[in-house]
Amino acid sequence: MSSTLPASEMSFNQLARSSGRVMTNPPPIKVARSGPMADRIFGWLAKGAALFTLGMLVAILASLTISAWPAISKYGFGFLTSTTWDPVREEFGGLVMIYGTLMTSVIALLIAVPVSFGIALFLTELSPAWLKRPLGTAIELLAAIPSIVYGMWGLLVFGPLLATYVQQPLQALFAGVPYLGALFSGPPVGIGILSAGIILAIMIIPFISAVMRDVFEVTPTLLKESAYGLGATTWEVVSKVVLPYTKAGVIGGIMLGLGRAIGETMAVTFVIGNLNQLDSLSLFQAANSITSALANEFAEAGEGLHQASLMYLGLVLFFITFVVLTLSKILLSQLKKNEGSKT
Amino acid sequence: MMTREILLQSDALEQSRQARYAQRKFVNRIALTLSLMAMAFGLFWLFWILFETIRLGVDGLTLDTLTQMTPPPNDAGGLANAIYGSFLMVLLATFVGTPIGVMAGIYLAEFDTKGWLAQVTRFVNDILLSAPSIVIGLFVYAVIVTRFKSFSGYAGVMALALIVIPVVIRTTENMLQLVPPGLREAAYALGAPKWKVILSITLRAARSGVVTGVLLAVARIAGETAPLLFTALSNQFWTSSLSEPMASLPVTIFKFAMSPYENWQKLAWAGVFIITIAVLGLNILARVLTRSRS
Repeated sequence: MSSTLPASEMSFNQLARSSGRVMTNPPPIKVARSGPMADRIFGWLAKGAALFTLGMLVAILASLTISAWPAISKYGFGFLTSTTWDPVREEFGGLVMIYGTLMTSVIALLIAVPVSFGIALFLTELSPAWLKRPLGTAIELLAAIPSIVYGMWGLLVFGPLLATYVQQPLQALFAGVPYLGALFSGPPVGIGILSAGIILAIMIIPFISAVMRDVFEVTPTLLKESAYGLGATTWEVVSKVVLPYTKAGVIGGIMLGLGRAIGETMAVTFVIGNLNQLDSLSLFQAANSITSALANEFAEAGEGLHQASLMYLGLVLFFITFVVLTLSKILLSQLKKNEGSKT
Repeated sequence: MMTREILLQSDALEQSRQARYAQRKFVNRIALTLSLMAMAFGLFWLFWILFETIRLGVDGLTLDTLTQMTPPPNDAGGLANAIYGSFLMVLLATFVGTPIGVMAGIYLAEFDTKGWLAQVTRFVNDILLSAPSIVIGLFVYAVIVTRFKSFSGYAGVMALALIVIPVVIRTTENMLQLVPPGLREAAYALGAPKWKVILSITLRAARSGVVTGVLLAVARIAGETAPLLFTALSNQFWTSSLSEPMASLPVTIFKFAMSPYENWQKLAWAGVFIITIAVLGLNILARVLTRSRS
């Protein structure tokens, strides 16, 4: 824009001269102090910042792979199926931690998904309008509590109560039963896979319920009202109209929660017990997860194979979360694409 | 006779319809009750955790907590160096991360909204937003700590800044998109160059939203432990030098809470109380800011 100014100024002078009349000079045009140059620099800065974000992902992947290379080249994919983790003899395999991570996340999902669905249903269909905001905020605040607070509370407050009021009765109930009995064996001290799973569930409820609530609200009111008009009950509207319409988004939200659960560190480290074992599959038995192994061992691990193996674990963790979050993103964007189109 | 049969039939039909209706209403009531219980379940944890944090935290909180250094086991002391370390690292990380996040957010909202770079950046940013923070710690360890052969406050700042960036990008972009295009066009029509339009019109219009994003980012990193474990490590003493290992509140809590010493556990509860109040306070402040805006 400012580049056109000198030209127009010239033509104005020419016009004045050619007409032969004496004119008062127009006030000197203030040349914009910063024209295209500043614009270009600003644009570069903005683009640079965006590229920086991309670079971050690439750099994380590259640096983890390089640091883990000694372990990758030595163990290959066998690392993922070996249960040995022996820093003294320098023998490493990640199955114990990978199992712990996946098992705790599955337990978390089993609890969190129905509860989050209930919360989203309550907030979109049941709650009186004036309660929606405070209740929604309260649930979101669950996500704001730092994970270290969950961890400490879980270890010192929740764990002992879980041991006395849940684990011991369960053990008594299933004492002689085959298979199920094994699932509940072990010392009922309140730490282990079950407590980690429950605490993870509390931590991911706000994420899943927020996504579910958002996608439920995307459902066109017309669809819902038609169903109500045919005499459907609230539950029928939700289960037969809203849920099918928002299926992709709901699964996307669950995936997002799963990604969070897999990557959660401190809360799990406090309550999982940090024991490298896979002999007993009991839910009460102390175990280990990728994140808690990293948190506990990395700072003390000597450089070399131990550290490289931990880096390998970190890479596996990043890869799993990457896949899960990508799926979540794709599913959620599908819903957005369908928005407004006929179903 | 014919009519009687028909009447009977319709009676039976009516009855079965009533029964079915009653059953549907029953299912509905159960589902809604369960939904109510799910809501109560969620709130129950929130209040329980907050209650215990306040009960046990206030118990361990004294003036010494804020003024004394972290003690050896079974000795009196406080959390002053940890609080200072946390404060310093969070402050610096916010200063480093915010400009990058805001600029990238501007790029996504103002320069390139639909191009491939924007699409990829948005996607990557969403991944980074939910990526495990401990992986960020590993990354900074591999890039900075191994290079300088020492755990340091700088490494901690780096790790936290990398967590700030995605949060700020997301909120900045969303808030800039809410600014009506007419405002931009009016500014362009006055002859303002693009950078000026963005900095003094759109960014200013979206100011409270962007500030909210920064506050949320601060709240997020103030409670982060995992990325500091092997970047800033910890330090038992007061240090204002960022090139040394530096204590932080979350890492100190972690160390103290896992210990068997009673005085350490008490201090850990006090620390948990401080951190919870700070983080929830920031979150509520951020919410109030956006609410007054909309």
